[in-house]
Amino acid sequence: MIRLENLTVSYRRHPAVHHVSGSFADGQATAIFGPNGAGKSTLLKTIMGALKPDAGRVLMRGVARRDLAYLPQQSEIDRSLPVSVIDLVSSGHWQRSGLFGKVGRNDDDASWNALVTVGLEDFATRPISALSSGQFQRVLFARILVQDAPLILLDEPFNAVDATTTADLLRLVERWKAEGRTVIAVLHDEQQVREHFPQTLLMAREVIAWGDTAEVLTADKLRRASDTAAHWSANAPVCRVDGVRP
Amino acid sequence: MTDFLYQWVLAPFVEFAFMRRALVACLALALGSAPVGLFLVMRRMSLVGDAMSHAVLPGAAVGFLIAGLSLPAMSLGGFVAGVLVAGFAGLATRFTEIKEDASFAAFYLLSLAIGVLLVSGSGSNVDLMHLLFGSVLAVDDAALLLVASVASVTLLTLAVIYRPLLLESLDPVFLRAVGGHGSVWHLLFLLLVVLNLVSGFQALGTLMSVGLMMLPAICSRLWAASVGGMLLAAFLIAALAGMGGLLLSYHVELPSGPCIILLAGLFYIVSLFVAPQGGVLPRLLRQRHLES
Repeated sequence: MIRLENLTVSYRRHPAVHHVSGSFADGQATAIFGPNGAGKSTLLKTIMGALKPDAGRVLMRGVARRDLAYLPQQSEIDRSLPVSVIDLVSSGHWQRSGLFGKVGRNDDDASWNALVTVGLEDFATRPISALSSGQFQRVLFARILVQDAPLILLDEPFNAVDATTTADLLRLVERWKAEGRTVIAVLHDEQQVREHFPQTLLMAREVIAWGDTAEVLTADKLRRASDTAAHWSANAPVCRVDGVRP
Repeated sequence: MTDFLYQWVLAPFVEFAFMRRALVACLALALGSAPVGLFLVMRRMSLVGDAMSHAVLPGAAVGFLIAGLSLPAMSLGGFVAGVLVAGFAGLATRFTEIKEDASFAAFYLLSLAIGVLLVSGSGSNVDLMHLLFGSVLAVDDAALLLVASVASVTLLTLAVIYRPLLLESLDPVFLRAVGGHGSVWHLLFLLLVVLNLVSGFQALGTLMSVGLMMLPAICSRLWAASVGGMLLAAFLIAALAGMGGLLLSYHVELPSGPCIILLAGLFYIVSLFVAPQGGVLPRLLRQRHLES
């Protein structure tokens, strides 16, 4: 479904994702793992379409960009606006309702059910400014439920979230796996990856290893990832793979 | 009592056609400007309205130089100048690392300097005063038609783009992720801002028209806890300020534009203390909390 072909994405000429090629397993959960600055979030944003690659491309077959649900790392949601929890969850209907489309009773039921699923039905009419960060993360997961997308991208979904909430939200990830959705998540907790994500992309700007989690998260490959990260240099020469430009 | 009310509130409008026109102009302005101002506030662009009101000046001045004190020429000029500044600021934000507020500041200052040069190079100071402060009591049919048309266009456009515009204010990343074309709505909205400032400047002047846009909108947050409620509150406050300002200016013989904005401002100050949503007094008299 999603294939990366020689993908390079850089900030001010410094690559964050460097000549990455490979495919995400269809209908499975893949974790993206690696040290800080390894380009994990950058990769996710490029798949999502927010960043343009310098070279290479993201091929998506059988899924349009609008068929994906994306959970950003730091949401830019303006929580000072007077919007209720249920309204925010209902914005997940956008892909089907668009500009004018009616948000009908079925859609309202879907929004409500999603809130029940994340355990926040009592908060439906409260303003989003009144939620804790863990509760708010539950609301964002409820919106993903409403979006009902075949492809789900999560960027560090369990940051600043307590153990109970993390466990609850991981149950949702399990449910998405069972429903045959493709889930791609940037994670920092090795334990979580081993327990819930059968596939792993281990990266440090380049792909260190990509495949079954048990074969990827080995001691020597993890060491190679952190060694690679330790050798990033501020004055690197022009990349040879592209050929020297005139 | 009724006599008193009639004499102070109704008589000026019943007896004088120019007061009736001014009232209609103010109500139409309130209808268009208040929701636009509210979206400016919600998008954290409160000062962009101010910047745009300055940006309109050179265009209006060019219109004045070409056609004299002609409303169509000055409006068209102001509109073009506003759109140019909004467009350049938007492009600069999009393609460089300059933030939106900084881009707007840069381009409106440039525009303002050109405007002041144009005005000072030609007309008398009276003209400049007229351009800056308007005269709602001199609103003619053409101006009334312009204000009413702009209000209609604004309300219709907002009705169409309401959902994506609100979503883009709330959660821009989400709208981009689902292919919602955030920048289209943003640009359409900036067009509405310029249109409303231009429609306001005949009545209130370039400097004062932004007041009727922003003050009621800022105020509305203190009175309502939903976007719909805020839209209604902003319009009502703007309409009341318009009517009250006209009466004030009639009875004490002061310029009408500043009177209107002054009333809106006073209403804001009072709201800070007594308004139910976050005013100071309701906070002091806070209700006891609920069981957990």
